[in-house]
Amino acid sequence: MPSMMIEVEGLTKRYGETQALAGVDFSVESGSILGLLGPNGAGKTTAVRILTTLALPDAGRGRVGGIDVVEHPGEVRRRIGVAAQDATLDPLLTGRQNLALVGGLSDMSRSASKARAAELLEQFELTDAADRVLKGYSGGMRRRLDLAASIMTRPPVLFLDEPTTGLDPTSRQRVWESIRELVAQGVTVLLTTQYLDEADALANQIVVIDHGKVIAHGTPRELKAASGSARLEVALSAPHPGAIAAIAPLVVGPVHLSADGRRLSAEVDASSGIATSVVRALDAVGVLVDNIEMRQPSLDDDVFFSLTGGHVSTTDADDAVDLGAARSVAGVLEHSSNVDAVEVGA
Amino acid sequence: MTAATATDRVVEGRGRPRRVEAMLGAVSDVWFMTRRNLVHISREPMQLSDVTVQPLLFTVLFVYLFGGAIPLPGGGRFVDFLLAGVLTLNLVTSTMGTAVGLSTDLHEGVVDRFRTLPMWRTAVLVGRSFADLLTSLLCALVVALSGLAVGWRPDASIISILGGFSLVLFFAYAVSWMAACVGLNSKSPESAASFGFIVLFPMTMVSNAMVPTQHMPGWLQAITTWNPVSAVVAGTRKMWGNPNPSAMIHAWPMQHPIETALLWSLAILALAAPLAAHLFRLHTTE
Repeated sequence: MPSMMIEVEGLTKRYGETQALAGVDFSVESGSILGLLGPNGAGKTTAVRILTTLALPDAGRGRVGGIDVVEHPGEVRRRIGVAAQDATLDPLLTGRQNLALVGGLSDMSRSASKARAAELLEQFELTDAADRVLKGYSGGMRRRLDLAASIMTRPPVLFLDEPTTGLDPTSRQRVWESIRELVAQGVTVLLTTQYLDEADALANQIVVIDHGKVIAHGTPRELKAASGSARLEVALSAPHPGAIAAIAPLVVGPVHLSADGRRLSAEVDASSGIATSVVRALDAVGVLVDNIEMRQPSLDDDVFFSLTGGHVSTTDADDAVDLGAARSVAGVLEHSSNVDAVEVGA
Repeated sequence: MTAATATDRVVEGRGRPRRVEAMLGAVSDVWFMTRRNLVHISREPMQLSDVTVQPLLFTVLFVYLFGGAIPLPGGGRFVDFLLAGVLTLNLVTSTMGTAVGLSTDLHEGVVDRFRTLPMWRTAVLVGRSFADLLTSLLCALVVALSGLAVGWRPDASIISILGGFSLVLFFAYAVSWMAACVGLNSKSPESAASFGFIVLFPMTMVSNAMVPTQHMPGWLQAITTWNPVSAVVAGTRKMWGNPNPSAMIHAWPMQHPIETALLWSLAILALAAPLAAHLFRLHTTE
C-alpha cells in the first residue's frame, strides 16, 4: 500500500468562466483524515469530483491508491467510496434496496451484499427504517444511509463531501463517530467541510482552500497557533479604576475598556488556568466579576475569514494582496508541519 | 506513454478471462438496473396507466366511435382492422416514458452515485429499455384482451399472431432508444414529455393505423405509405390475418410490410442505441 493514499498535483479545472481549481496540491497519508476546508465555491467539491472520476481535470494529476484517476478511472472506482454533497441515492427505493443496488453494481455476491447491508443498517441505526422508501427519510437518515452506501464494499479510500451540512447537532455527532470508527479501521478519508470545528474535531491535517487555491495547510494545532491568541472578555458589576492594572500583567498587548467602563477585553495566551488567574487578580483589588468569557483559538469563523480573506476582496488587486498574505501564512505552516509531523502521527 | 503500453500488454495477456468477466459484470449490471426501474414502477403504479388504462380506453372508444363510420376498402370488419393500429399507437406513444425516466435520472444525483461505482455505465440505459419493454408487454396484453372483448378475432396460426405482436414490440423497442436520445438531451423531464406530443403522436396518426389511407390526398398518402409506422401496422395486420387495405397500394413498403418494418426497426436501433450511449457519456462527463 502506498504511504500516500491520495496525491494531488497542480490540479486545475475551469467551468466556463469560473476557475474552480487553480493549481491545487495536497496529499493524504494512508489511514488518516484530511479536512479540505473552504467557503462555498472554493473548489472543494470540484477536487472531490475529479478524484472520484466524475470530472476530468484541465491540468494536473490526481492519484488514488497510486492509480491515476484519468488514466484508470475503472480501477480507481474499485477502491473508493463516495458520499456526495447532494444525497445520491434512489428516492424510490427503500434503504435496504439502495444498499443492495450499490452492492450488486459493485459486483458483490448476493449473500455478501445482503449481509453487509443488514450490518450497515444496524450500525447506522437505520434498521427500523430499512424497508421504507427513501422519500420518507429525514435529512439525517439520508446522510447516514449515504455514508453506509459509500462503505458497502469496504473501500480503503473514502470521499465525504460536506457529510454533515444541514444536519442537527445530534445527527452530526453520530456521523462524526462513524467517521472516527472508519479511520480506526484503517480507512483513508478525504473530508470537505465549511465548518472549522468539524475539521478540527476530525482531521489529522487540514488544507484550507479558497478561490481554487490552497491558502494554508497544517495540523489543526498548527492552524490554531498561527491564528493567534485567545480573546478574553470580562464583564464587571460596576466600573473600577484598578481593573485594567490588575489584569494587565496576565494579557498580551493592551486592555480595551468599553465606553460604560464595565467591559474589559484583551488578547491572552491560552495557557492553563488563565481564567482563574484573571478572576483572582480582579478579586484581589475588590472588583466583582459578572461574567468571564474566553474565546479559545478554535478554528472559528473569524480565523477562517482571516485566512481566506473572507468576503471583503472584491477587486483583483485585493485578491492578489489577500492571497499573497495567505501564502506567507501557508509557508510558515508548511515549515512547522515538517517539524511536528511525528508528534501528530503519534 | 510507456506506462500505457505496458498496461495494455497486461490486459492483452489475460484478455479472454478479463473480457468474459467484464461481460458477465455488464449482464449483472443490466439486471440490477432493470430491477431498479421495475421497483420504481411498483412504487408509482399510476405510471402504468399509459400502458393499461389508456390502451383499454383507446381500444373500446375507437371501435365504437369509428366502427360504423369508416368503410374498409376491400371489406372486412373495422374492429379486426383497428386492433393492430391501436396496439401500435399505444406502444409507440408509451416510449415517451423512456424519455421522461432517463431525463429524471440524469437530473437527480443518483447517476453520480452509479458513475463512482465499478459498473458498466450504459447499463443505466439498457436497464431502462428492458424495464420499458416489460411494460410494453403488459400493454400488448391489455390491448389483446380488450380487443377480444369487443370482438377482435385474428385469423392466423398462434405463431403468426405472436409474430405480429413481436413486430410491433420490436419497433416500439427501437423507438424507445430514439426516445432515450431525446430524454438525455432534454433540459428537464417536462420538456422530454413534449417529445410524445410533438413527434410520436403525429408519427402514429399520420399513418394507416386508425383509418385506411385510400381516400387521402396524394401527398398525404405518400407520407403515410412511407411512414415506418404504416409498415409496422400493415405487417401486423398481415400476420394476424386481419383486413389490410394497404396491401392494395402499389408501393414497396406496403407490398412488403413485414420486411420494411424489420428494416426500419433495425435501422433505428442501430443508430439510436449507440447515439444514446454516446449522449449519456457526453452529458455525464465534466
